[in-house]
Order: sequence, then structure tokens, then C-alpha cells
Amino acid sequence: MLTLWRKIRRSGRVAEPAPPRPVGESPAAAAQFGGSVQIRHVDAGSCNGCEVEIASAFGPVYDAERYGARLVASPRHADALLVTGAVTLNMLEPLRRTYEAVPDPKVVVAVGDCARNCGVFAGAYGVAGAVGDVVPVDLEIPGCPPRPEAIVAALRKLTGR
Amino acid sequence: MNPVSGALLGAVIVGALSAVAGLLLPRPARSAVVGVGIAASGVAAVVAGVAAMAGQGASLALPDLLPLSGVVIGVDALGGLFLAVTGGVAVATGIYGMGYCTGGRHGHRTDGRLVQATLPLFVLAMMLVPVAASVGTFLLCWELMALTSLLLVIAEHRRRPAVASAGRWYAVMTQLGLVAILIGLLVFVSNAADGTFAALRVAGHHLSPTVAGLVFVTTLIGFGSKAGMVPLHAWLPRAHPEAPSNVSALMSAAMVNLGVYGIVRVGFDLLGGGPNWWWLLVLSLGALSAVYGILQAAIGTDLKRLLGYSTSENMGLVLIGVGAAGLFASSGDGTLAGLAMAAAMLHIVNHAAFKTLLFQSAGSVVYATGRRDLDDLGGLRVGMPRTTAAFGLGALAASALPPGAAFVSEWLLLQALIHGLPAAGISAAIVMPLAVAAVALTAGLAVATFVKAYGVGFLARPRSPEARSAVESPPSMIAGMAVAGAACIALALLPILVLPAIGAVAGGVVDSGDPVAVTAMTIRLVDVAGSLSPLMLAIALVVGLAATLAGARVFATRRAARAARLWDCGAGPLSARMEYTATSFAEPLQRVFDDVVQAEQDVDVTHHQESSYLVKAVEYRRRVPDRIERRLYDPVLAAMAGWGRAGRRLAPGSVHRYLGYGFYSVCALLILLVVTR
Amino acid sequence: MSLFGTVGIILQLLIVVALSPLLIGLMRQIRALMEGRAGPGIGQPWRDLRKLMRKQPITPRGTTEVFRFAPPLLVATCLAVAAAAPFVTTASELDPVADLFAVVALLTLGTVALALAGLDTGTAFGGMGASRETTIIALVEPTLLVAIFALSVPVGSTNLGAIVTSSLDDPGQVFSPVSLLAAVALIVVIIAETGRLPVDNPSTHLELTMVHEAMVLEYSGPDLAMVELASSMRLTVFLGLLANLFVPWGIATTGAPLVIAAAVLAFVAKVALLGACLAVGEVFLAKLRLFRVPELLAGSFVLGLLAVAASFFLA
Repeated sequence: MLTLWRKIRRSGRVAEPAPPRPVGESPAAAAQFGGSVQIRHVDAGSCNGCEVEIASAFGPVYDAERYGARLVASPRHADALLVTGAVTLNMLEPLRRTYEAVPDPKVVVAVGDCARNCGVFAGAYGVAGAVGDVVPVDLEIPGCPPRPEAIVAALRKLTGR
Repeated sequence: MNPVSGALLGAVIVGALSAVAGLLLPRPARSAVVGVGIAASGVAAVVAGVAAMAGQGASLALPDLLPLSGVVIGVDALGGLFLAVTGGVAVATGIYGMGYCTGGRHGHRTDGRLVQATLPLFVLAMMLVPVAASVGTFLLCWELMALTSLLLVIAEHRRRPAVASAGRWYAVMTQLGLVAILIGLLVFVSNAADGTFAALRVAGHHLSPTVAGLVFVTTLIGFGSKAGMVPLHAWLPRAHPEAPSNVSALMSAAMVNLGVYGIVRVGFDLLGGGPNWWWLLVLSLGALSAVYGILQAAIGTDLKRLLGYSTSENMGLVLIGVGAAGLFASSGDGTLAGLAMAAAMLHIVNHAAFKTLLFQSAGSVVYATGRRDLDDLGGLRVGMPRTTAAFGLGALAASALPPGAAFVSEWLLLQALIHGLPAAGISAAIVMPLAVAAVALTAGLAVATFVKAYGVGFLARPRSPEARSAVESPPSMIAGMAVAGAACIALALLPILVLPAIGAVAGGVVDSGDPVAVTAMTIRLVDVAGSLSPLMLAIALVVGLAATLAGARVFATRRAARAARLWDCGAGPLSARMEYTATSFAEPLQRVFDDVVQAEQDVDVTHHQESSYLVKAVEYRRRVPDRIERRLYDPVLAAMAGWGRAGRRLAPGSVHRYLGYGFYSVCALLILLVVTR
Repeated sequence: MSLFGTVGIILQLLIVVALSPLLIGLMRQIRALMEGRAGPGIGQPWRDLRKLMRKQPITPRGTTEVFRFAPPLLVATCLAVAAAAPFVTTASELDPVADLFAVVALLTLGTVALALAGLDTGTAFGGMGASRETTIIALVEPTLLVAIFALSVPVGSTNLGAIVTSSLDDPGQVFSPVSLLAAVALIVVIIAETGRLPVDNPSTHLELTMVHEAMVLEYSGPDLAMVELASSMRLTVFLGLLANLFVPWGIATTGAPLVIAAAVLAFVAKVALLGACLAVGEVFLAKLRLFRVPELLAGSFVLGLLAVAASFFLA
């Protein structure tokens, strides 16, 4: 317990200072969130590269929680779906059902090139399409994988903080 | 002819007439007439009981009615309480039984002549036990009650083999209990002028401690077994599920009370109180019954067996109150003794109300689906909304949560135990905290049990085709449940209806003043600090609920609600097999209490003929036996079977040997007579 | 109906409803700062609640009235306790309800409503959460009632107002072995009942590790707002009871406005301090395996029994 306490004292604040507010349009539904967005992450067929970056975005260094975004376990508790990966055949129906389970107002964020346009997996036999082909996408984050700063900037567009 | 004797006589006459009607009338009219007759005699009994509690007594002596002892009837306040409770239960179950005995789509008819004639006699016997005022009358009515209930328990023995086995256990244990009571009461009578309770009361003050202790312990064994006290409870979880549900309700809500009546009558009234160890014994056995009973109920999946074990638990709580009352009385603290006794008696009344309601709803479920196992039920809200509401009300009452009925009696019991600490010395300092812990553990496990029974049995989706096709019960059954439900609600919100009378009776039993002062709003304890207002609590909840709903409506954005599929992680449809079952619900508790419960598991693996690496079928069986039966009863039964087998060697069938036995025993007798001359 | 009592009730309700999400926010912020993050600020739970009230209500197919009415009932039980318990004043109008057994039973009623709602969904997670939650409640009851017993012996009553007044009159009572043992036992009970670490992790995403969260996976919108408000109110009420049963100084015994204002500040400060200590402690703890929780509760039960024994032998 003491070692942990000493580590806490030594590390101090790890979070980097907040960058300036991102410019650009927010999705229409985001106006109703009022600085609080609960996010449900869905892996539709990703290689987990984007997941590592999302984990980093919510980690101490970038700390996406300070802008009001929080990861939740159930889509019923969520406002936004963070979808990674090209949609595989097996995840087609589950992704649709997850989208249906989220109450209005909701947004879908496609994270990474695979979610936007299947990326390097375009045309593969197990891939049904991009996320935009299955559910309506409100925000896209390009990159393979996108940097945590890009993910945080997109989330800040949703929360408005 | 004062109201008490008039009403009692009316109850007896109506009951006897209903029995005759049940025997003679043809099938369509039979159950209706018997049901109405039982209800009417119940109403008369309630009137008689309430009048007796208000102070009017009655007595009657008919020395020529029975050979050797005659019949002596005496109604006093204590007897009046149990008479009223029995009457109330009879009203509800009489009305309910009218519809129930027709059997339902999957159930079985119980409107045969024998059953319909025995039912009023059973109710009549239960009414006469608390008013018997001599040993002969008491034992006669007790045995009548035992026999009629046995006939009712085995009503369906032709259709289900388990019923016959349950009937055997019930018969043997009831008769053994009767033998114990008989021994105790006869030892008592042999030290008194005659068999009337008045003479016994006089003699009770002059008995030597050994004789008094013997009488108390033997009658405790007999009466405790009837009350479902652990370890003499083995008949209860067997007989209650197999009996028809209206009979189970009568047994659980009216008959087991008479065990407690016997203990209070003999211990407090006839023997005049006793040394501490008597009441410590009662209290510890009560605590053991409460904890063991509710643990078995929490782990079980058979709905009616669960309710049977819950009866054992509630009687355990009542015995904790009785034991505490005795302890306080013997150490001189009259107010606390009255408080503990009042708590015990209020719990008897509350238990009668909610247990009747619970057994009636369980019977309603059996009537509609033919199934008793919670793992096969579920989703009954859709087809049986009124039964679901009734069971919910009963479950709220049984789990001792406000605003339920049992919360008030448990609160009183806890107050009595808590305030007892400074008074009664070091033994109380050890016993009272453990008693409070036992009551608390019981309350917690009761919450788990009834959440399981209600949630798994009635909510979510049906787990079997019978549950899916269940329909609501006929109006007479609903009316019976409504009577019991109204009683539960009245007892929960307005304890002023019963508590002053119960307080007076309790004060009379322990020879002290009224232990509670009750107004319409509040219950206040006399001489100790403590007050509770069940009505204010319920009002606070209702106001809070209304305020929350209003607040939600005001602050929420107006949007149309959407019906959606349950969140199943997006994969296939949710089947009924994916719902939590009662077994899985109780599994953490079963693991925690594994040393006590010790479930038995069997795994049978069938391999393919060609290769033992390939499995064709796996069969898994798990049973949770009654641990006390395994440890206590099975060795006794095995020993008796061993004796029987050994004895068989004495009678191999040879006539010569039997003649030899006769010859040698006559010779031995003659030699003995010569020697001892 | 005295003015003092009525003002007390209104103030208590306002404080508990308005400030309990801020308590959760404070605890999350402290945790964030200790983990080296910046944190969203203590007002975030109110932003969450405000947004939830704007969401669409969803009725899952196959659920009954039990599912629909469990969240309001849960909030109603917390409101009833907040109105009755002595947080700001000692003389509540709801004094006959302010019995420690009644208060504890009311809070258990709320949990039972939520457990039934979990079973009503018919999903495996709902049943699992209900099963675990009722097991923990069943095992916490003995400790809770025995600790209440220990608290009531020096006072001779389980009435909350009486216990608080007796502690005010006799400050040295707080440092007696009875109080200390009962306090430690009650701290374990509060952690178990409010679902904090090490008994339950309120921010876990793994359903198999959930106890409380698993029962509410199906709620959304205003229902979820009620459930979250109720859970923060429960924590506030429990911490408030812990604070005022053992350290009641600052509570208003007379009706002077200044005294009442000071009582409000004292209550807020005490609960905030206890919440902060809880948050700091949670950083160093990991969730216990479910089957180790009974060992923890058994240990707290022994402490409660010792408290009662001490109250007899040292009286």
C-alpha cells in the first residue's frame, strides 16, 4: 500500500494540458448532450489497433473523461456508439441490434479507416461493408489507427467541452 | 348464553352440518355448500374469539359425553386468540376451497365425499383445541385434528406416490408427538386432583422441579413437533407440498399455531412459569428452527415446500418470542415479558394472514399449470395478474419489509430482545445478541427467499408450456385470496385493529400490564423507549413515490416511449432457458452455507460403444436433502430397521418354536412366582 | 407540526437530492486526481442526470410493472429516509419513522425492488445481479442489526433522534470501545449496502464482475436517471447516518436560523469528508471475489458482537 502511495506522490499529474477546442461541425444530436456523453464501444471486426488507441485516449495522458465522455457497459446507458473495424458478416446483425438498443438522441462515431471505408480489408470475403453501410454514421475519425488526440478531438465535438 | 358460547355453539353446529352435507350432497352442490359452511363457522369462531379476548369468558362441562373424563370446554382470552385466528383462516380457505377442489386443467379434483366431509371436521377440531379445558377433551380434539388432517393430506394418494410417503411420515410423527404430549400431561394429572385445567393450574405451583421439568420437556417435544420446530419438523416439508393447497393453508396458518398454543398454555398457564433453562431451551430451538427453516427455503425450488419451510421459520421466530418472554418473566421483568409475548402473538396473527395468502396463490398456480417447481414456472404475470399481485403482497409481508405485516411483529420482537440486555444477567448478555443475530439472518434470508420465489416464479418469461398457457383462477379462489389479502393489508397499516387485544392477552399470560400503547397512527412501547408508525411509513412511501413520478414527468423531455427488444448483447433471440432459475439464484447462498446444506451431486456419463473418449450423454442430478433428516432421522430409522430384521430371526414360522416360547415363558413365570413368594 | 421540524425536513430533502450527485462527483474527482488524471469536475453527475432526462424512454418487451415502478420506488425509499433521519435537525416530524430498524428496512426495500426488476428482465445478467445482491443483503443483516443493538444499549432506544441527542449530551461516549467497534462494523456494512469497493465495483464493464450494475443494464433515460440519483442518495444517507450517529456535533437542536445554517454546513462537510476518505481508500483496494465477501461480512459480524458484549460488560 505504501509503495502505491509513494508512486502516486511521485507521478503527480500525468494528464497533458487540454489542447484548444476543436473546430468543425458537431452532429445535430450532440447539442442535446450538454457536456455529458456516455459511450458504448462496439468492435465490429477490428484488428484491435483502434482499441489500443481508444484505451490510450481514456488513459491518464490524454484523459478523455475530463471533457465529459465516459465508457459504459450497456448500450441502453449510452448516447454514442464508438464503432471500430470493418463490419464482418457475423457482426452485421449484432451491430444493428446494438444501434437499436440505444435510446434517442444518439450518434455513431466510426473510428479508424476500416470503419470508414473498410481500409485494407475492402472486398475481403468475411467483410459485409463499412459501418456507414449498416448504421447511419454521424462522425468519422480517419487514421489507421487514429491518434488518441484525434479521438479526443472527435469526442470533444460531441460533448462541446 | 353470552356471545362467546353462542358463537362457539353456532360454529360447531354449522361445521357439523357442513360435514354431513359434504357426505350426502351430490357433486355440484357439495363443494359450494361445504365451502360456505366452513366460512360461516369461521366467522362465528372469529366473533367468539374476539369476544373472549375482550374479557368475556365461557365454560361448559359435559361429564357424561365422554367415558372416563367427560368434556370440559372453557374459553379464556388466550384460547380466544387462537380461536379467532383459526376462524379467520377458515373463512379465507373455505371460500377458496370452493373453486380449488374442482381441480383445474392440470390439477386433480379433490371434491370427493371423504375429503369434503373431513374438511369441516378438521376446521372444527382446530377450533375446539384452544377451548378445551381438561386433559381428556384436549387430547380428544388434538387427535381428531391429527386424524382429519391426515385424511386430507393423503387426499390425492392415488395419483401421486409421493403423497403416500408424505402421509406415512406425517402420521408417524403426529402420533409420536401425541405420545409425548400424553406422557407429559398424564404425569401432570397424576400429581393433580383431576384432569381439568383448573385443577392442573393449582397443582402446577406445587410440583417438584424435576416433575415440572419432565412435563415441560415432553410437552415441548410434542407441541414443538406440531409447530414445525427443528429438529422435529421433518413432516412439515413433506406434508405441505403434497396436501391440496387449501388444506396446506389451513395446516400452515392455523394448525401449527396450536403447537405454540400448547407450549404457552402448559408452560405459562398450567405450570405457572418455570426456571430459566426451560425458556433458554425454547429460545434456542426457536432460533435454530428460524435459521434452518429459512435456509432450506432459500435453497429449495419447490414452491410449496419452500412455503412449508417458511412456516417452520416463522414458528421459530414465534418461539424466540415465547422463550424470551419466559426468560424475562422468570427474572421478574414483567413489561418486557409482556412485550415479547405480544410480539410472538402478533407474529402468529400476521403469519396466519400472509401464509394463507401465499398458499392460496401457490395453489392457484398449481391449479392453472399443474406444476410446483419454480424452475418450470415464470411469466405468470401475463396470464394470472391477480394471483401474481396476491403472491407479491404475501411475499412483501413474509419478507418482513415495510410496509408489510410481519415488519411490525419483527420490530416488536427485536425491541423486546434489545431492551432485555441490562435486565437478566450474564446468560442474557450472551443469548440476546445471538438471538438478535438469528432474527436478523432469518430476515435477510427471508428477503432472498421471497425475491427468488416471486421473481423466478411469476415475473419474466414462462419456462414451460404449462406456464405459458396459464389462465387466471375462478372467482371463488380470487375471493378467498382477496379476504386474506385484505387481512394482510389491514394488519400492516392498522395494527390498532388487533394490537390492543393482543397486548391485553399477552399481559394476562405473563401477569403484567399492557406492554404496548397503540393509536391509529403509532405503536408506543410502555415503560421502555420505542415507537413505530407503520401508517406514517406507508404514507411517506406513497408521497415519495408520487413526488418522484411527478418530478420525472416535469423534468423529463416529452418523448414517446419506444418498445424495444431486451438487450441480449446483440446475438440470437433470448430463450426461456437463458433466464435465471431458482437453483441458480440460490447458488451463492448454497455455497456460503455449504457446510450446513451439503447438496448431493451425481454425474452419470454415458460413453459411445465404440470409444470411451466420445461421450454420448451426461446426466447431472443435484439434490439438497434436509441435512437434519440425514443426520438425525436416517440413523434412527436404520437402527429400527436393523432391530426389525434381527427380530425376524425370532419368528421363522415354525409352530414348534412358537409353542416352545409359550412353554418356556410359562415355566419362567412359575419359577419367578415361587422365588418371589 | 412545528415549524422547526418542517423546515428541517425540507432542508434535508433539498440537500440530499441536490448534493448527493455532487458527492459522487467529488469521489470520482478525487479518484481521478490520485490516478494522475484531470477528471471531469464534481458537477459531472448532474450533467449526466440532465442529459438522461432528455433521452427517450424505452420499454423492453416482456417486462411488467415491477420493472417500470422499481426506480421510482427506490427513489421514494431514499426520500423517506432522508426526510426522517436526523441529518440537519434532531426533531423530525417523522419521528415515529426515524427508528433505526425501520430506516434500515426501508433501504432494504429499495434494493429488493431493484432486484425484482433485474429478475423481471429475464436476462441472465439481471438474474445474476439480483442473486448476488440478495445474497449480500442476507449476509449483511446480522451485522447491521447487531451493530444497531450495540448503539441502542447506552441510550435505551433505537430511535435515531434519541441516539443522536444522547451522543450530543455525552461527547465522551464517541470514544468508547462500543462506539469504535460498532463504527468499524457499520463501515463494512455501508460499503456492502452501497456497492463500493471491495464488495462491488461501481464502474466495472465486465458483467461477470457486476453486482449492482447488472440489475440496471436494461434501464435507460429517465428511469436510469432515477436509479443513479437513488444510488447517490443512498450513499449520502448512509454516510450521513454514520456521521451523525457517531459524530453528531453541529446538528441543530434549536430553531434559530444561524444554528440551522451551521447544521447544514456541518452535515455537508461531514459527508464530504467521509466520501473523500472512502474515495481515497478505494484507490488502494481491488474488488474481492464474490465468495470472499462472506468472510469480510463475517469479520464485521464478530466486531458487532464484540460491540454488544462491550456495551454490557463495560456499562
